[in-house]
Amino acid sequence: MELPLVLLIGLLTAVATWLMLSRNLIRLLLGFAVLGNAVNLSIFVAGRLTRDAPPLVPLDAETIAGAFANPLPQALVLTAIVIGFGLLAFALVLAWVAYERLGTVRTDEMRVAEPPEEKT
Amino acid sequence: MIGGWLAAFVLIAPMVSAGATTLAHATPRLQARLSLVGAFVLLAVSVALLVVVLRDGMVVLQSGNWAAPFGITFAVDNLGAVMTVIAAITGAACLTFGLGETGEAERRAWFHPLSHVLLVGVCGAFLTGDLFNLYVWFEVMLIASFGLMTVGGTKAQIDGAVKYVALNLVATLIFLLAIALIYGLTGTLNFADIARSVPAVSNVGLLTAAATLLMAAFGMKAAVFPLFFWLPAAYHTPLVSVSAVFAGLLTKVGVYALIRAFTLLFTHDPEWTHTLLLWVAGLTMVTGVLGAAAQSEMRRILSWHIISQIGYMVMGLALATPLGLIGSVFYLVHHIIVKANLFLIAGVAARLTGSMELKRIGGLYRSAPWLGVLFFIPAFSLAGFPPLSGFWAKLVLVRAALEIGSWWIAAAALVTGLLTIYSMTKIWAEAFWKPHPAGEAAARPLAEAPAAMLAPIAALAAGTVVIGLFAQPFYVVAEGAAQQLLDPASYIAAVLGGAR
Repeated sequence: MELPLVLLIGLLTAVATWLMLSRNLIRLLLGFAVLGNAVNLSIFVAGRLTRDAPPLVPLDAETIAGAFANPLPQALVLTAIVIGFGLLAFALVLAWVAYERLGTVRTDEMRVAEPPEEKT
Repeated sequence: MIGGWLAAFVLIAPMVSAGATTLAHATPRLQARLSLVGAFVLLAVSVALLVVVLRDGMVVLQSGNWAAPFGITFAVDNLGAVMTVIAAITGAACLTFGLGETGEAERRAWFHPLSHVLLVGVCGAFLTGDLFNLYVWFEVMLIASFGLMTVGGTKAQIDGAVKYVALNLVATLIFLLAIALIYGLTGTLNFADIARSVPAVSNVGLLTAAATLLMAAFGMKAAVFPLFFWLPAAYHTPLVSVSAVFAGLLTKVGVYALIRAFTLLFTHDPEWTHTLLLWVAGLTMVTGVLGAAAQSEMRRILSWHIISQIGYMVMGLALATPLGLIGSVFYLVHHIIVKANLFLIAGVAARLTGSMELKRIGGLYRSAPWLGVLFFIPAFSLAGFPPLSGFWAKLVLVRAALEIGSWWIAAAALVTGLLTIYSMTKIWAEAFWKPHPAGEAAARPLAEAPAAMLAPIAALAAGTVVIGLFAQPFYVVAEGAAQQLLDPASYIAAVLGGAR
C-alpha cells in the first residue's frame, strides 16, 4: 500500500511546485492546498500503514492483541488539516482583499510596500 | 509542583486576556485596561516561573498527567523561562505603546485580542517539549500575526501581508514535512524521546535530511540567509507597536527553535548541520547589514538589521561551544529589548516629524533632544558600543569564535558591527541632525507624543543600560542556560524520568 501512496505524494508535490512557481496569487494558494495534502499523506505514511484492525481495545482486555492501525498519525493529520484549512481560508480572504485594494492578483505587480524604483 | 502550575498559567494568562479583550471589544477603554492588566499579569507569572526554574532546575509539566512520551509535555529550562520573561516584557511594552498609537478604528479591529493570542503562541513555543505541539504554537502565533499585520488595512499593509503570508505558508508545510520524516524515523514526537532515539536510527542520511528540512523551516521563521525575503517586504507596514512585537519576538522564536533542535535533537552530524549553520550565520550577518545600508526608510533599515542580528545568534549556536551558546542566549535577551525599542522610537520619531522616510524628516535633535538620548542607547547597543548590552553580547560571541579558530566568522561579526554603526549614524544624521525639510516648526517637541508611547521606550532603554552596566548576573543566567543546552542527558532525564 505504501508504494502507490508515495507515488501519489510525489505527484501532488510536483503539481504543487508547478502551481506555486506561478506569479498568480490564486495559483500559489491552490498550490499550497495541494502541497498541504501531500504533506498530510506523508505524515500518514510515516506512521506505517496497517490494515489489520482498528485501534480499539476490546471491553474485556487491557491491550489489543496482534497488529492494529496506528491512531497517532490520524490525530496529527486531523490537526494539520484543521490548521491548514484555517490558514488557507485567511489567505484566500487576503487574496480577495488584495485584489479589491490593489487591483491585481499578480505578485510582481504588487509593489506598494516596496521602495520606489530608482529613476535612471 | 508550583513550577508546573506557573508554566500552565503562562499560557492561561494571555488566553484569558485574549478572551476578555474580545468580549470587551465594544468598550475600547475597558478593553485597553483589561489588555494592560493581562500583559502585566503575564509578566509577573513568567518572572515567577523564571525564579522557580533558576532555583529548582527544570520544570516539567505532563499535561493531563499522561506520562511522557505519550502525553504532551511542557519542559521549561533556563532558556525557555528567560525567553518567556523577555516575551512578556516586549508584550507589555508594545501594548502600552499601542494605547498611544492605535485609534478607535484599529482597536475595533482586534489589535488587543490578537496581540494576546500572539503572546500565547510565542510563550507556548518557548515552553513546549513536543515537536508537533511546537508546530501548533507556531501556527497560533502565525495566524495572530497575519491578523495583526493587516490591522489598519492600508494598501501597503495588504501588499506586505501577501508576501509575509505566502512565504510563511511554505515554511509551515516544510516544518510539517520534517515532522513527518522525524516521526517515521524515530516513532515519537516528544523532544526528549526523539533525542534519545536519534543515536539508534539506522538511516542516518534520511535523518540528516529531516534535520535540514527542519533547519529550513525554522530558518525561514528566523529570517536567515537566504530565506529572509518576506521580512523586509512586510515589517515596515503594520502599526508601529505591531512591528515592534514582530521585530522583537517572531524571528527570535525561530532562533529559539533552531537552538532547541540543534542542541537537543540533532547533534548526530555536526560536520554537516553545524557547518551549514555557521555559513548561514555569516552570510545572514553580512547580507542583512548591506541590505540596511541601501535603505532610506527607518523601519526598513531596522528590518534589515533584524536579519543581520539573527546571524549573530545563529553563529553562537553553530560554534556549539559553551561560550558560543552563552553568547547566543545573551544576544537573544539583549537583542529583543533593543530591537523592539528601536521600532518604538522610530514610531515616535515619525509621529513628531510626520514620516518614516528619512529624506522627508529631520530636526529632531533641536525639537526633541531627549528622544535623541533615548535613540542613542539602543542604537549604539545594537552596534556593540561599550558599556551597553550589545557590547558584551558581541564580545562573548567573537571570543567564542576566536577560541576555536573560526577567524572568518569573527571577522564577519566585527565588520557587521562596524556597518551597523553606519546605518545608525545615518538615522541619527538624517532624522535628528539635519534640519526638517519642511522648516523648523515641522519637527514637533517630545511633549506632543503621548506618555503611553514614551514610558515603554524609557523603560526598555533603562533595561538596555542595566544589562550593559550589570552584565554579570545576566551572564550567569545565560551560562546556566548554555550548560543545560549542552547536556541533553539531563533534559531527557528530567522529562522521561529514570524509569525508561
